[in-house]
Amino acid sequence: MKTTREQGRGRMLAALPMSIWAVLFVALALLYIIGLSFLSRGEGFDAQLPITFDNYLRMAAPTYLKSLLLSLRLAFLTALCCALLGYPLAYFIAKTSPRVRTWLLILIIAPFWTNALIRIYGWKTLFIANGPLNTALLSLGIIEKPLRLLYTEKAVLVGMVYAMIPFFVLPVYSGIERLDGSIVEASRDLGAGPVRAFFTVTLPMTMPSVLAALVLTFIPSIGLFFISDLLGGSNTMLWGNVIQNELLKSRDLPFASALSVVLLTLTCIVLAVYRKLGGDAESMVF
Amino acid sequence: MTDKQPLLSLRSLSKSYETQEALRGVDLDVYAGEFLTLLGPSGCGKTTTLRLIAGLETPDGGEVYLEGKNITNLPPEKREVNTVFQNYALFPHMNVQKNIAYGLRMRGVDKKTIDEKVNHMLSLVQLEGYGKRMPSQLSGGQRQRVAIARSAVLEPKILLLDEPLGALDLQLRRQMQIELKNMQKRLGITFIYITHDQEEALNMSDRIALMREGKFVQIDTPHTLYERPSTVFAATFIGETNLLKGVVSSIEEDELMLDVDGASVPAKTVDWVIPGQKVNLCIRAERLHYSRKQKACQTLSGVMRGSRYTGSVRTAILELTNGQTLISRRTTEGDEDIASGEPVCIWWDTDTACLVRDDGEEQA
Repeated sequence: MKTTREQGRGRMLAALPMSIWAVLFVALALLYIIGLSFLSRGEGFDAQLPITFDNYLRMAAPTYLKSLLLSLRLAFLTALCCALLGYPLAYFIAKTSPRVRTWLLILIIAPFWTNALIRIYGWKTLFIANGPLNTALLSLGIIEKPLRLLYTEKAVLVGMVYAMIPFFVLPVYSGIERLDGSIVEASRDLGAGPVRAFFTVTLPMTMPSVLAALVLTFIPSIGLFFISDLLGGSNTMLWGNVIQNELLKSRDLPFASALSVVLLTLTCIVLAVYRKLGGDAESMVF
Repeated sequence: MTDKQPLLSLRSLSKSYETQEALRGVDLDVYAGEFLTLLGPSGCGKTTTLRLIAGLETPDGGEVYLEGKNITNLPPEKREVNTVFQNYALFPHMNVQKNIAYGLRMRGVDKKTIDEKVNHMLSLVQLEGYGKRMPSQLSGGQRQRVAIARSAVLEPKILLLDEPLGALDLQLRRQMQIELKNMQKRLGITFIYITHDQEEALNMSDRIALMREGKFVQIDTPHTLYERPSTVFAATFIGETNLLKGVVSSIEEDELMLDVDGASVPAKTVDWVIPGQKVNLCIRAERLHYSRKQKACQTLSGVMRGSRYTGSVRTAILELTNGQTLISRRTTEGDEDIASGEPVCIWWDTDTACLVRDDGEEQA
C-alpha cells in the first residue's frame, strides 16, 4: 500500500506538465501585461521606463468611465437575456425525449463550427435598413418606414445574446438533467402543483448551474469587442473596443495593457463574488 | 375486516412501459389502519402499483378508488396519500424543518400551526433539535425519519413507503422495522409498504400482498401466507421450503395419501384436489425431522449428505432415494451428529405440511 504522501507526490508529478503549461502561457503572460501597464510609452509600438501610474490615472476621463459602465450594463443585460431565454430552452431540452434532445443539442453546438465573426456579419445583413427584417415588417404593414436597427445598443445586445446563449444553455441543461426526478415528484406528492413545484424545487435546485451560466455569459461579454464593432459601430464603445483601439490604432502598448488589467480585475471580482455565493467550478462543466 | 368498506380499492389496474407489462390488471382492497406490504422480487410491479396509487403514473386501464371516490385521474397533489420515496427524496436545499413544513406550506396552513405541527412531528420521530440541520448532515436513518415525518405531518389517509429501509445496514434496518411499526400505530395511518425482503414483510405486516410478474399471487396475513401458501411460488419465495412432487392416490375426509416415487406420504386434504392429480407438498425446512435409521422408516427414507452446526440450529442436507435433496433446519436441542452417508428416516407432522398448486413454473 502506498502512503498518502507517496500518492500526493504521484499526483503532483502527474500535474507537472499542466503546471508548466499554465506558468508559461498564463501566469507569465499575465505578469508581462501587468508589468507593461506600469511602463511609459516608448518609440513606436514599445514600452520603456520610467515606471508610472499614468496609464491608470488616464482612465478617470469620462470617455473611459462611460465605456466601462456601458460594458458592464451590456454584459449584465446579455447575461439576463440569456437567462430568460436560455432557462426555458435548457428545461425543454432536458425534459424532451432523448432523440429530440440529441438533435437540439447538436443545433445548439453547431454554430460553434462556423467562425463567430461571419455569423455576426449575418446579423448585420439582417439588420441593415433595406435588409430582410425591415422589408418583412414593412410589407406586413407593421411599420411605415424602415427602422434604424443597425448601429444601436439593441443590435449589439441581440448579437451578444446570440453569441453567448449556448454558454448559458449547456451548463443549465446539464444541471436540470442531473436533477433527481424523485425530488420533484416528492414536491408534487406533498401538494405542490406543477408551477409551485418548479419554483420551490426545480429552480432553487438548479440555481448553482444558473449561477455558473450567468458567470460564463457575463465575463466574456465584458470583453467582447467584435460584436459591438460590427453591430454598434462607433455608438457603442465597449471596454474591449477601447483596448482594441489603444492597441491597434493608437499603438499605445502600456495603456492598452493597463486597460486589460482592469478587465482582468473585473473578471476576478465577478469570480470572487461567484465563489462567495457558493458557486464552484464543477457547475460550469457541461 | 371484509364487511367494512375498503379505504383504497384498485380495480383491474394495468400499466405498461414501452415493451414491458408492469401491471396486468390487479385488484386490491386496503382497509383503514392496516399495514399492508407489497412483497415480491424486483421488477414484479410493486413500485408501479405504489406510483399509480400516489398518482405519479397514469394507468393504462382500471381505476383507483379512495374511500369510494374514483381518484384515477387526480394529479398527485390532489390525492390524500403521501409517499416516502426509496431514496427519501428530501429537498437538499431546505433544512429538516422546512422539509417537514413543505406540504403544510403548500396547503396554505398558517405559520403558527405549521411550527406546532412540525415540532410535534420532530418529537414523534425523535429528531428534536435537528430542525435546523440540512439533509446532507443527517445519517441514513435520520433522513429516513425526516422523510416519514414530511409525509406523515399531512395526516394522509394512506402513507406509501417504497422500500424505505433498503439503504440501511442490517442492524439499523431491524431497529427501524420496530420503530416504523410503532410509528404506524402512534400515527394511526394506513401504511402500504414495499419490500423485497420476506423477513421484513412477515415482521411488520398485517397483510402481505405477494406479487409476481405484474400480478398478485396471494394476499393474506403473514401467518396464512407462511402456513398455507397457495402456489409453489408463494411457498418458495417465503421461507426455506422443501417441495415433494407426488400424485394423489386416495382421498379421505381430512387426510389424503400421496405417492411420492413409490413412497406413501400422508397430507391434509384441500378442496381442490382429485385422485390422480399431480401436486406439490410443501414442508418448511424447520419442520422437517430426521433421525438415524434403525428399522424401516414410516414415511420417507434417505441418506445424510452433510450437516452444519451453527450453535442454535443445525442445517442438514438429506437425499431421498429418488435423488431429490431436502433441507432441514432444526434447533440443536437433542440433535444427533449423523455422519455423511449414513441412512436416515425423514418425517414431519402432517399438520405442518400443506399442498400447493403449481403456478406454471414447473411445466415451463
